[in-house]
Amino acid sequence: MNRVVITGAGTINALGHSVPATLEAMREGRCGIGELDFRDVDRLAIRIGAQVRDFDPLQQFNRQQLALYDRFTQFTLIAAREAISQSGLVFEGELAARSGVVLGTAGGGVSTWDDNYRSVYEDGKNRVHPFVVPKLMNNAAASHVSMDFNLKGPSFTVSTACASSNHAMAQAFAMVRSGMAPAMVAGGSESMLCFGGVKAWEGLRVMSKDACRPFSATRNGMVQGEGAGVFVFEEYERAKARGAEILCEVIGFAMSSDASDIVMPSKQGASRAISGALRDAGINGDEVGYINAHGTGTAANDKTECAAVADVFGHHADKLMISSTKSMHAHLIGGTGAVELLACIMAVRDGVIAPTIGYEEPDPECALDVVPNEARDADVTVALSNAFAFGGLNAVLAIRRI
Amino acid sequence: MSVKDRVIAIIAEQAVLEPSDVTMDSTLEDLGIDSLGLVESIFAIEEDFDITIPFNANEPSESDFDISSVAAIVAGIEKLVSEKV
Repeated sequence: MNRVVITGAGTINALGHSVPATLEAMREGRCGIGELDFRDVDRLAIRIGAQVRDFDPLQQFNRQQLALYDRFTQFTLIAAREAISQSGLVFEGELAARSGVVLGTAGGGVSTWDDNYRSVYEDGKNRVHPFVVPKLMNNAAASHVSMDFNLKGPSFTVSTACASSNHAMAQAFAMVRSGMAPAMVAGGSESMLCFGGVKAWEGLRVMSKDACRPFSATRNGMVQGEGAGVFVFEEYERAKARGAEILCEVIGFAMSSDASDIVMPSKQGASRAISGALRDAGINGDEVGYINAHGTGTAANDKTECAAVADVFGHHADKLMISSTKSMHAHLIGGTGAVELLACIMAVRDGVIAPTIGYEEPDPECALDVVPNEARDADVTVALSNAFAFGGLNAVLAIRRI
Repeated sequence: MSVKDRVIAIIAEQAVLEPSDVTMDSTLEDLGIDSLGLVESIFAIEEDFDITIPFNANEPSESDFDISSVAAIVAGIEKLVSEKV
């Protein structure tokens, strides 16, 4: 089995349009959540979210490209450019033939669906643009990354709601570890912040009207964000031989299914994913210094997640740090695990733990060190990233400093 | 603007060319318009003239609409526009 490292990272989200900008915002505990700004927002009960601001697609893409790129694809390509450029890899020959791209998204081209439903239902038009289907399909982003960077190996899209990115990155990791691919581009993207996207979420009544406050007794729900995170997973010896800058080693992962409820999380399912990742990585629980929590800010998730962590880690649960960066970038749904892996990399590489901001009051059912409100310097060797999706599908990744 | 000039303007925009570079005997292939570009052009023409073009992207040559040259497309559109009223 090959060792696997990450040699490139890229992102665009409400905290920043690049990895350095995002990490700076996390260090400063900045909040990317604000008033939503799009058509018909006045008809929504939920009017906050973490939108990507100051983003002009025409600065990044030409008109022909934009006819085919939904916003979730635009975000993906921007993040992929940053990640692949940092890695220094140029995909050609044998490397191109065997390397691919696996991305997560829950909704795909949601605003393309929304715009065109509006056009045919509300405006009564009977003709839609010919690119509606290639623009909205869930694999559009993965396909455009493969075309832009000449990735000709295994490429596909994973859709497991809020765990999509973690499942995607787990696939990429497994492929490089097994030797199936020398390098893989992986991560995820989401852009549901449009009228129909938020209206659908409103229906569940789990959205907060004012803030995302994970683990705080005063929490009142989740807040939606948007954006993408993309990474280059590469076989360690290969990366070392070419003198690549290594951001971290990926040491294990596990996936589990609750097999119980379509929305309520299960402590057992979460525990099995966390302990499975430790087992896969061949490490003891006490080696874990930081967990990037799924931490949605809902009553159901936060209690269940804290109970699962307490179960798996025993006494060590009181020593490790666990924060939810969703308090800053909000919940990127299918893209969330990818942006959250950045906080794990910052922990093991820079020794900085991103905080859970908006924390007001302890909740006895979430009695862990949630790194409230301010980032903290700490020496962390191993970090985990949790993702527990609607539908009970869980995926946890483990990374280590190198 | 005549039907011919409007069709040429749409095709030119799709091909990223000046309308003066689009001659009546050009084929779409000459102009660098691929299959997706063709479908997009048909859509833009339908929107502009508010007509429905009997074009089947599966087998363009089997359609009831001749796309073999700019002249053929213009003639087809002129016919559809005249039939509209």
